[in-house]
Amino acid sequence: MAAFSQTEVKPVRFGVVVFPGSNCDADSYDAVRSFTGADARYFWHKDTGLTGLDCVILPGGFSYGDYLRCGAIARFSPIMAAVKNFADEGGLVIGICNGFQILLEAGMLPGAMHQNEGLKFVCKLVNLRVENNETPFTTGYERGQVIKIPIAHREGNYFIDEAGLAEIEANGQVIVRYCDESGETTAEANPNGSLGNIAGVCNKERNVFGLMPHPERVCDEIVGGTGGRGVFESIISGVAAEAAGASIAAEAAGEMKDILGNIGNERPR
Amino acid sequence: MKAKVYITPKAGILDPQGLTIERSLPALGFEGVTNVRVGKYIELDLPDGDAAGEAVDKMCHKLLANPIIEDFEFELVPE
Amino acid sequence: MSGDLDQKTAYELLGLKQKEYDGICEAMGREPNYTELAVFSLMWSEHCGYKHSRPLLKNLPTEGEGILQGPGENAGIIDIGGGQAIAMKIESHNHPSAIEPFQGAATGIGGIVRDIFAMGARPIANLDPLHFGSLEKARQKFLLEGVVEGIASYGNCMGIPTIAGEIHFEDAYEGNCLINVMCVGIVDQDKILRARAEGPGNLVVLMGSTTGRDGIGGASILASAEFDETAQEKRPTVQVGDPFTEKKLLEACLELRDKGLLVALQDLGAAGLSSSSSEMASKGEVGIDMDISKVPLREQGMEPFEIMISESQERMLAVIKPELEAEVLAICDKWDLDANVIGKVTDTRRLRVFLGEKMVADMPVDALVDEAPTYVVPAVRPAHEVDEPLAEDHYQPPSDLNETLTTLLRSPNICDKSWVYRQYDHMVQTNNALWPGAEAAVLRIKGRKTGVALTTDGNGRRCYLDPRRGARAAVAEAARNLSCAGAKPLAITNCLNFGNPEKGEIYYQFQEAVEGMAEACKAFQTPVTGGNVSFYNESFGQAIYPNPVVGMMGLAEDVTMIGTPGFKDEGDAVLLLGNARPAVDGSEYQSHILGDVAGRIPDVDLEMEKKLQLLVREAILEGLVKSAHDVSDGGLACCLAESAIDGGKGAVIELTSDQRPDLLLFGEAPGLIVVTVEEKYLEHFAQLALDLPTQVIGRVEGERLLIRASGADQIDLPVAQAAKAWGAALETLITG
Repeated sequence: MAAFSQTEVKPVRFGVVVFPGSNCDADSYDAVRSFTGADARYFWHKDTGLTGLDCVILPGGFSYGDYLRCGAIARFSPIMAAVKNFADEGGLVIGICNGFQILLEAGMLPGAMHQNEGLKFVCKLVNLRVENNETPFTTGYERGQVIKIPIAHREGNYFIDEAGLAEIEANGQVIVRYCDESGETTAEANPNGSLGNIAGVCNKERNVFGLMPHPERVCDEIVGGTGGRGVFESIISGVAAEAAGASIAAEAAGEMKDILGNIGNERPR
Repeated sequence: MKAKVYITPKAGILDPQGLTIERSLPALGFEGVTNVRVGKYIELDLPDGDAAGEAVDKMCHKLLANPIIEDFEFELVPE
Repeated sequence: MSGDLDQKTAYELLGLKQKEYDGICEAMGREPNYTELAVFSLMWSEHCGYKHSRPLLKNLPTEGEGILQGPGENAGIIDIGGGQAIAMKIESHNHPSAIEPFQGAATGIGGIVRDIFAMGARPIANLDPLHFGSLEKARQKFLLEGVVEGIASYGNCMGIPTIAGEIHFEDAYEGNCLINVMCVGIVDQDKILRARAEGPGNLVVLMGSTTGRDGIGGASILASAEFDETAQEKRPTVQVGDPFTEKKLLEACLELRDKGLLVALQDLGAAGLSSSSSEMASKGEVGIDMDISKVPLREQGMEPFEIMISESQERMLAVIKPELEAEVLAICDKWDLDANVIGKVTDTRRLRVFLGEKMVADMPVDALVDEAPTYVVPAVRPAHEVDEPLAEDHYQPPSDLNETLTTLLRSPNICDKSWVYRQYDHMVQTNNALWPGAEAAVLRIKGRKTGVALTTDGNGRRCYLDPRRGARAAVAEAARNLSCAGAKPLAITNCLNFGNPEKGEIYYQFQEAVEGMAEACKAFQTPVTGGNVSFYNESFGQAIYPNPVVGMMGLAEDVTMIGTPGFKDEGDAVLLLGNARPAVDGSEYQSHILGDVAGRIPDVDLEMEKKLQLLVREAILEGLVKSAHDVSDGGLACCLAESAIDGGKGAVIELTSDQRPDLLLFGEAPGLIVVTVEEKYLEHFAQLALDLPTQVIGRVEGERLLIRASGADQIDLPVAQAAKAWGAALETLITG
């Protein structure tokens, strides 16, 4: 079809925000660029605009040294206003570890972070159960699938009040939970005391996702696994499909407008 | 009675948290703030009695504060 | 000049001898003022001046193929091809950590990391060899917990993975723990920075944290009398680390490097501004004038000598061209870092310190840096050293070797250390091809086939029995660890931990260890690229075990072909390589089970060792070897048990030897490696091995570890049970 051959394949564009103290910015950047059809660029936290992007990554690390509270100072960085606007307009935002903490402090995701129950930093591979694969970040996984992704944090003990919990559960906003090898969300499999073994949540609109585990660390077999690839594949294929869809739709709309009226506006799935 | 214990970094010792907070306040429009020092506040209940003050003092020395890098003050409030 | 002390009292309180003071006067051509005296006393201290070690350190090999920078700079640099290089250095932070374990260890990390990025390298790994007293003592648990948390807090925040190290517990470290810290960085060869100040007229810039009274310690006696007493009392002796500022400092320095804006870079460590400025001037054969009224201070009323010797952390000194000042300061500002031009390079070869217009110190650079007196102490062999090993029937054998093995697997020196390394972010930067717990750490280099392999090794107990043999063994074991991971050893950095060198017996241990280390480094062609000497590790007159710790790096040709310790597949043949005869002397078996440390440790056969290691590396690269693990603490039985635990697979082993089973199984000797090879490749392996001593001792099989020796079953232990004993021991000891 002419519509396909004329579609220009643009790379899916990620923006990695660098705060003072970010230390997984390069890992996220490298991981994203290892996928075909994806590109990445850095944004400094004092930048005020985020243009030409499909997805913003708030990377892990210790923004502002994690002083006062993790993410508490970073959320006032100039770029955060732009990140919020970007999200409000439907852009995809993913916060990993410290990035998740920043999104919580900024009120872009529900809940808050306590210190780990064991009061110690924990770095290890954990099992996660994918609770909802109908988000732009998880379509590459099966629902209920158990994936292995490492955690590395001291403040990853997720908390939300009762009403809030009921709401995010009801809305399907809990995206991943800590579990054992077989997918059971046991207390032993909970590495930090998180309420309901929650490891990652999204907003109601499902375009902002925060998680404590580090998918960018497991995108290559040589460094211990590929459990994190699905997150980036989901984003990339979703954005690419949408772009292709939009382009096809636009062409189709143009061609068929006269014949079929508005039907051409429907996106092919 | 209740003891209210305030723990602060010793004078002259580097307080990275305080410094970082101090530096980020102007960006939010709070100019001229200096000497931000971040400490801890601890509350605890203990039996009434003359020895309470001495007990809290010992607790601070042994556990609540690290006398090598922290100073502490406390007040006792009868309940 | 301030203060009320007469000159003699002052220099004595600063730890200088009459002869040393005379030397200072001679170098100065007059009596020094207090500021100068304070600077000299630190530059001529053991720590900065290497007074007792310099003459002996000259015996270490420091040059070789691929060594781009040996000792004398902030870190050594080794060529790894592809236009890239590795920077590495190890250092001790023993004494600060014994006072305040968290901050002591944290600032230790901060210091060693600065050494690496001072070379223009991006830090890619930390390794931390730690030695404590017995965990049965509450104080030792406190130290361990504090040190581990300190390392974790600093390293994790910096985003530098802590990927390896070792932890030993011996009573000898009860009053004086050893906290050694090693950092490794990667740098493009055309971007290597050095600490050589050049170009009179160039500017000296102080970057990073403010300067306080941290670490002034003994020199505070020089404070003027009018200094108010309560302030003195509150003087912090402990330095507090700020990893966030250091992270910004790192990024700023690397940005300055990338933009080519730096002439030279140096970190501020021991003796602060004094040593950093004079060493930079010395290397460049220039002088430096500094106005210390430009130094941003954390406290009011600091005196010039305090500013000059403050050991406040997270500071760097850079030399830049004057025309680039605005650009340099703008980059520092971008990173929210203080940066101030505090001086300039001169051609005077003098370090001149001004307070505004007023000159407060004027010292010859060469005297400060190079002319500290050196001492040679008559060496005395300690009485506990013996010429002969213990007779093999010296101890009664235990009745149940199964129980002995389980007890050894639970020994804190052998058991699983994941309680420790889980607190370290060991994955950040996503380069680990081998994770902690393996023989050595292997990091991939993004975009290349090659991998960098790293390990540390130190065994004070063996060195205590024979420091020369012990040091040879430490180098050989580090090389063996790398070889078992499939990497060729290239270079070492060393941290020499000893007692008081003014004592003949300690000096003897130091001398023997350095010579032993030199012999082994020559044999393995692994030059010493730098390191650190830590003396006076004593408490109540009791010295630690002499402990020359080796940090070694090597290269794995193909990062996808590396060796791991765990058994892999049922039916694979288990081979023992090497013919060394295990001995009880100095072993973990002797210490942990028999409660003794005595005899003479076996010497390493360096030539045999080299051949065996080459064999293992070649076999790994050819894909012949499925697992490789060296026999070390706990002997052959523990080696086999660890491979079984790691692989989750049992083995059936049959040993033929005239040796008593307990010695054969738990005795230790350098030069033994266990590998597994698939049956069909045995012949191929034999061709590679030629006439080297190798023997098939069993096969991977089932879920139990079965070891027969002297015609009887000696060990019969389910792997799951061994794993439980090994895996839970450390946490139980700490929390129990």
